[in-house]
Order: sequence, then structure tokens, then C-alpha cells
Amino acid sequence: MAQATHKKPSAAKTNSIALARTAAQSHFRTLRLGTPFQPRLDALARTQDWYNWAGYRAPHSLWDEELEYFAIRSQAGLFDISPMTKYRIEGPDAEAFLDRVTLRDVTKLKPGRVHYTAWCDDEGFVLDDGTLFRLSSTHLRLCSQERHLPWLLDSAIGFEVTIEEETEAVAGLALQGPTSFAVLRDAGFAGVDKLKVFDLAEFPHDGGTVTISRTGFTGDLGYELFVPAEKALSLWDRLMTAGELRGIRAIGYTALNRARLEAGLIVANADFTTAEHAIRADRLRMPDEIGLGFMIDLAKGHFNGRRAIVEARAKRKLRYVLVGLEIEGNIPAEHAIVYHKKHQEVGLVSAAIWSPMAKRNIAIASLARPYGDTMVEDLWVEIYAMRELQYQKLMKRAKVVARPFIKLDRRTANPPADF
Amino acid sequence: MKAWDAIIIGGGHNGLVNACYLQRAGLDVLVVEKNDWVGGAATSRELTPGFLYSNCSYVCSLFRPEIMRDLELPRFGLQVISYEGGAVFTRDGNYLANYRDHDAHRREFARFSKRDAEAYDRYSRDVTRQCRFIQPLLMRTAPDPTSFRPRDIGELLYLGKKFAGLSAEEMALTLRFWTMSISEFLDEYFETDVIKANFALSGIIGTALGPMSPGTAYVLLHHYMGEVDGSVGAWGYARGGMGAVTKALAASFKASGGAIRTGAEVDHVLVSKGKAKGVVLAGGEEVYGKLVVSNADVKRTFLKLVEEKELPDIFLRRVKNFKIRGSSGKVNIALDSLPEFPALPKDSPVYRGDMHFTDSMERMERAYDDWKAGRWSADPFLDMVIPTTLDPTMASPGKHFMSCFVQYAPPKVSGHDWTDADRDGFAESVVAQISEYSPGFRDRIVHMEVRTPREIEAEVGLTEGNIFQGELTFDQLLFNRPVPGYAQYRSPVGGLYMCGSSTHPGGGVMGAPGRNAAAEILRDLAKSTSHMSPAHDVI
Repeated sequence: MAQATHKKPSAAKTNSIALARTAAQSHFRTLRLGTPFQPRLDALARTQDWYNWAGYRAPHSLWDEELEYFAIRSQAGLFDISPMTKYRIEGPDAEAFLDRVTLRDVTKLKPGRVHYTAWCDDEGFVLDDGTLFRLSSTHLRLCSQERHLPWLLDSAIGFEVTIEEETEAVAGLALQGPTSFAVLRDAGFAGVDKLKVFDLAEFPHDGGTVTISRTGFTGDLGYELFVPAEKALSLWDRLMTAGELRGIRAIGYTALNRARLEAGLIVANADFTTAEHAIRADRLRMPDEIGLGFMIDLAKGHFNGRRAIVEARAKRKLRYVLVGLEIEGNIPAEHAIVYHKKHQEVGLVSAAIWSPMAKRNIAIASLARPYGDTMVEDLWVEIYAMRELQYQKLMKRAKVVARPFIKLDRRTANPPADF
Repeated sequence: MKAWDAIIIGGGHNGLVNACYLQRAGLDVLVVEKNDWVGGAATSRELTPGFLYSNCSYVCSLFRPEIMRDLELPRFGLQVISYEGGAVFTRDGNYLANYRDHDAHRREFARFSKRDAEAYDRYSRDVTRQCRFIQPLLMRTAPDPTSFRPRDIGELLYLGKKFAGLSAEEMALTLRFWTMSISEFLDEYFETDVIKANFALSGIIGTALGPMSPGTAYVLLHHYMGEVDGSVGAWGYARGGMGAVTKALAASFKASGGAIRTGAEVDHVLVSKGKAKGVVLAGGEEVYGKLVVSNADVKRTFLKLVEEKELPDIFLRRVKNFKIRGSSGKVNIALDSLPEFPALPKDSPVYRGDMHFTDSMERMERAYDDWKAGRWSADPFLDMVIPTTLDPTMASPGKHFMSCFVQYAPPKVSGHDWTDADRDGFAESVVAQISEYSPGFRDRIVHMEVRTPREIEAEVGLTEGNIFQGELTFDQLLFNRPVPGYAQYRSPVGGLYMCGSSTHPGGGVMGAPGRNAAAEILRDLAKSTSHMSPAHDVI
């Protein structure tokens, strides 16, 4: 090979490249990465009950899932959301690009605002749902459960926009519960009281800034905080110190999952299968089939999946509906089959709990239309409750009810209450 | 003189699977094998003291679990150890690894391209969808579209219904998938050359086609349909080498009362009045059987073992034109210590997996260019494994057996037969390539077995050394494999059946052709097939 024509890099430079490469290769030794908050989580993890969240070691619980849940509802729960996939979308066409990719009208999303949205493939099937943060007129952040870089990059052809995956670079925390506002105020985030639901603003922190939004996944008063990974620990400490007298507690996913179900919120690949992961063609779902029809804005211009969605609506090709169920009794109906008149199978419960806040047995279920849509009478769920190695089979009446299952005034109160 | 109920020509894995099922149905079965050992291309032999060689096939995944269960192979000693991933070494001293863990796999790809790392899920979804379509067909006899028998119509309907069950988009993808090149297919998902080269290798293995040749996408699918003990898509080493598969089959066969004669080469099939009556061995001995099943490939069976006058013209012409082209060889190496690859961290699981050195699509295609010109590839494509990193039974502690599958190797070198000097030149291209990535490699070599298409054909009997007994391109699959009208394991000669990889669903150590052929034979004999498990459901 003709190598003489190439200028040889200096030995020092070659060495530093080799070192960087070796460092990048070593990931195979740690299959579950820690998040930027891991030292603090590890110190608090008395249960050592971890699960795999998108390749990160995330806690199911830290000390007691029951009490962690009540921290959300009566104090403030601190949950590490760093593993959430984050994309930095920037450029003069960022708004137009996202308007084209996602269901909602992004031109209505003003700088300093957040909205919950979803996006579809060309067949109108939901690729994922997520939150879109408008940090400035030309800079947005898209947060989601799954990864979508090829989809976003391919969709960006023709737009003046850059898309960068920033999951590892940006650490995130959700601070949720009635005292969350007071904790932030006491931590010195002056002006945080001005944030209304779905507002965001930047606040000084540790020589840099933290983005705080009044958003969350609990249906409660709450905030989400995003900070560069290297400022993560100082942010954690700042919140924990300020929150000491307000009952702040680090929590795991089990507690959060209960709260989100009470709030009637769905989880991708738990309550529906995302289009890029669905192997079986009949598992694909359109937004109208998973309760996200409200996002679709046909008044705006073209967006991915629009044609298919319009056609499905016009030709009544929508086959499923996602509903909230209230089930008699107090035994959770997780993954129970839903019946019409006790014998005809019409759907499946994807998440269920007995709700401590609503004092009701609640569930989210996907039903085959017209059941759950126009036919809502005489629905039943069959619960197989395993008790000491025996199934107690229960056939319980289910009623279609509106979501959220709980509505807390404190979530939206302005200014937020000082609990 | 005794007439066996069935004589199986060739003790390869399909011949033995077929023999097992027939014997278990109550037939009196004899397997005749020309070598002094059974196994065909799935053997383990001690070619130098202290080292067990898997000298043809070397990894296991495709073997159907239903057959393992029916024939009680675990009881007869078969154990498959799955391995973790592998790697492609790049010429700049780096490597791209495949890990079993989904997130580790993504992070590894992200070292080269964040985009491609996140494209893997969509790729994997689409390939899985195609596999789910094909997999149930593996264990069924392909329908004959020209026949109007209710059974064939039923099978055609089954195929049609499966196809109709696909969405319009999937149907289009399926048709494209069956016909397009692996290179074009990968272009739809990935942009990084080394990542494409990493996936493309499954599209060309054993095939006299390059990654840019149409039809290679399907070959990839064929390699994705395996599993190790329910772990779908996994590959593993048979403990004791690939001979462990056929050893277990032979033991199962004998335990049910079957007989095997090794060192018994068949000269030709005895045919009288258009019907097979037995075989004549090389020494002239006649062995009689009520039916004869050939595990040899379709060319060897009908161009060497059966007299041409017994066969219809069109059949004969189609057999002659069936593509069984020599395209690969093997270099098997005994090593006195584990080779080092400085690019790899010392504790990398890649040492225990499959390793490759072809880091671009162009290099892969260029290797194929050499084949077209009648030369072995100057810069060959290697699929290299060191099974002794997981299997302690093949060499003593610290010593290692290395298997290198090498592509491409032409059936003839520049128009003439392979010579010993050619063979040595071929081996040198392999050792030189490995040495580029593993300093001191040559000094570790204790013994080496080099197998060009010439050696493979001579020993195993595979025409031109083709590992699949015929290429897996769409024109040679399903009801066209090996010959239209004869895709149901029967032949123009009464009582003469085929059970090798030349038949549906094709090559690899899968066992399905042997099993499906047994089902057809038992159907002709009006015997029960209740001892044969149906294919596992794909739900």
C-alpha cells in the first residue's frame, strides 16, 4: 500500500486516538450503564432492585415502593429520568421540520413551552409518543422512550436543521408531588413560581443553567429538570438539601408507574407496541386507536402519516380503541382479558392497579371496536389472581370511564401552592 | 439374500436423520457410507494427536429442535454451547463487535455511526418478519404447483394464505427480499461500510455470488432462522465438534436397531424396470433394498450413481444445470496457544465468537471478482472461530483448534484442476490475512488441514465442495428445489428418493430435508408418521 504519500501523525496524537478508542470499546464490560446520578442512587438503594431502562441501570424501588408512591402524592418524589432518549433539534427550519414529523401543530408551541405529542410512520402507525420542549425559536428538545435517529434524519431531508442525539450528555430529574414547588423555591430557583403547566424556563445552576419545566408523568404538581451531565450531582444535592424538611424522597419506577396510571397516561411498548418494534402486522396502532387522536391537527399542513390517518378515519378503518376502565372490587386486573357479555373476547388490559388516590380499581385497556367505542355496556374482565399457588378466577364488571382517573387541582393551580 | 426395507446412501446428517425416522417407523434400515466414519460434512476427527477437528461445518444453529427432540439427541450426547457475538476487524486497527446484549450491540455500532446504531431495530424487525414467514415452510414438503392433488392444492393454499396474510407493504418487501442483493438490502438501513460488511457475510456464505449479486438477501435469511435451545438467531458450538451432531444421530439410529456400514462406497444404484432395487458397492457387492434414499447431492446422485438411460431428458438436463458451484474452502488449524489480536481487549468475548477481516462491501465484492476470474481470492473473506475457547473437549488445556471458512475458492483454478501448489497458495492467503491482525500467528501453528473444493468433493462427496448441495437462490428454492416436478423428495426412478440439502429447504446442518423426505417415504408406504413432531408453532 502506498503509505509514503500520507503524512504520519505525531506519536502523541496517535496515542491519544488509541486511548480514546480503547475507552469507547470498553462498554462491553458494563452492560447496564449508570446515569450521571448513579452515585447518589447507589447510596440510597437499600432494595438493590434494578431494571434495564434503555441500557441503564434504573431502580424499580430504592427502599419501599409503597412509601415511594406516597412520597409522590404527599411530599415530593425525585425520579431520575436521564435514560429517556433525547434529541437536540436545532436550526432555522426546526419548527417546520417538527411540524412535518409530529402530529401536533408546532407553530402553536411558543418558545418556553412544552407539549406532549406523538409521531407516525407513513402508514399512520405510531412510532412513539414523547414530549417536545421549545427552548428557543430555533432550538427544541424531543424526549421519547424509543430511539428514532434514522427516522428523524431521513425526515429532515430538505430542512435546514441539525439533529443530535444527546441522551448521555443531558441528565434529567422529575420532581413530583405537592411540595415540589416549595422545594424548588427553597433551593433558590427564583421565579419558578411563575411557571404555569407546560411552561419551561432556564435558571442559573452551578456556573451553568438548568432547564426547569412544569411537566411530569404523575398528574400531580411537578417539575422536570434537565442539566448537563457534569452538573447532575450538584443539582441532586441542591434539591435534596432544600427538600429535607419538605419530605423529598428519591423514588423508583414502580411508584412512578402507579402515579402515571392514576393520571391515565400511557407508556410506549407497555400500553401499545411502537411501529418500529411491532413484528406482527396487527399490533400496529394509529393515534386514534391509542387515545392520541386529540393530537392530530388536520388544519396544519402535511405531516408524516396524515394521508393514512385521514383515510382510516373516512373509511372507518380504525380497529381498536384505548380506554380507561373502572373495575368492581379491589383486585388489580393486570393483563386480564376483557369480555363482552362474559364470553366474547374483546380486548386486553395493559396496566391496572387499585388506586390509593381514587379509591377505585382502575385499568387501561385496548379493545376491538366497536367495543369500548360505541358499545360500552356489559363489559367484563377475567382476573386470574394467583394466591398461594392457586388461581382465584374472578369475572368482574368493567365500566369505561374517562381518563385521567384522578384530577388534582394543585397540578394546575397558579401560583403553585406552598405545601 | 436379505433385502433391506431402505438403504440410505451417505451417512451425513440428513441421511442419518432420514434413517432414524424410517427405522423408528418400524423399517429395517441400512446406511452405507463411503468413509470409515459417519458424518458427511458434520464430523469431528483427530487429524493430529490431541486436536479434534470440525473440518467441514463448524457452527450450529439451524438444526431443527423438533428433530433433536424426536430423535432424543441430547440423550445420545448432543450439547450445543451458544457463543456471544463476534467481530469484524478493520484495517485501521479497530474492530466492530456483535454483542448479544441489545444495548451493548447498539453502543458498539454507535462507535461507528449513531444513526446506524439506532437503525438496527428496524432492520431486525424486518428480517424477523421475513423469517417468520419462511420458518414454518422449512418442515413442510413444498407443494407441487403443477399437480392437482388435494394435498398440493392444500399446501399451495397454505402458502397463498400466508402470503395474503402479509400487508401490502410486507408483500412488496418479501418479493424484493427474495430477489435483491444483500448489498442493496443493507443500503436501505445502514450507511456505514463496516456495519454493512458485518451483516453481508451471512448473505454470501457458501454461495458462488458476491454481496452485490441479486438473490443474496435470501441467503442471509437462511442463516437467521436458527436457534440454540430456544434462543432465536443464536449460533453455537456442538460440544465435541460438529461431529457430535452426527455421532448422536448415529447412536440414536443404532439404539433403535438401525445398521451402518462404513467404508462402503456406492458405485451405482441398482435399477430394474425403472425401479430401484438396491445399490452396488465399489467392490461389486450388491446390497438389496426395497427402496433407496440418497443423501448425496442431486448431481452426484443422478449423474454418477444412476445410469443416464434411466432418466427423462428434461430431468437430466435440469440436474446438469442445477447450480452447485464450488465457492469456498476451509483451513483448519491446530494451535499450541491462543492467538492474540492486539485490536481486541484481552477479556473480549469476541475471542469466543466468529471473527472476520473483511471490513468493506467492496473488499467482499473484489474477493468475488477473483472467483469469477477462476482464482482464489487474494484477499479472502474468512469466517473464523476458535471453538476450544468454549469447548474443552477438542484440545488439551491451552491448546486450540481454529476453523477458518474461506471464500472464495473456485472449482477449478484458471481452468485446470487444483494442484497441491494451488492448495498451498490458497492456504497462504488465509494465514497471511490472519497474521496481519495477529502477530506471531504462524509460530503457533502445530498442524494445518487445507481443504479446497477438490479435497471437500473427494472426501465428503459434495459436488465442487458446495456446502449447501446447491445454491440457495430463489430459482432453486421451494418447489423448484432441486428440479421442478421433483421437489417432493421423489425422483423419476421408482423407489429412489433424495434426502440431502439439494432438496427443500436446503443446506446447513438443519436436518429438515432428511426429516421431510422420511415423511414422504412413510406416506408412500402408508405408514404412520406419529413419531414425527410437527414444526413448532410460530406465534
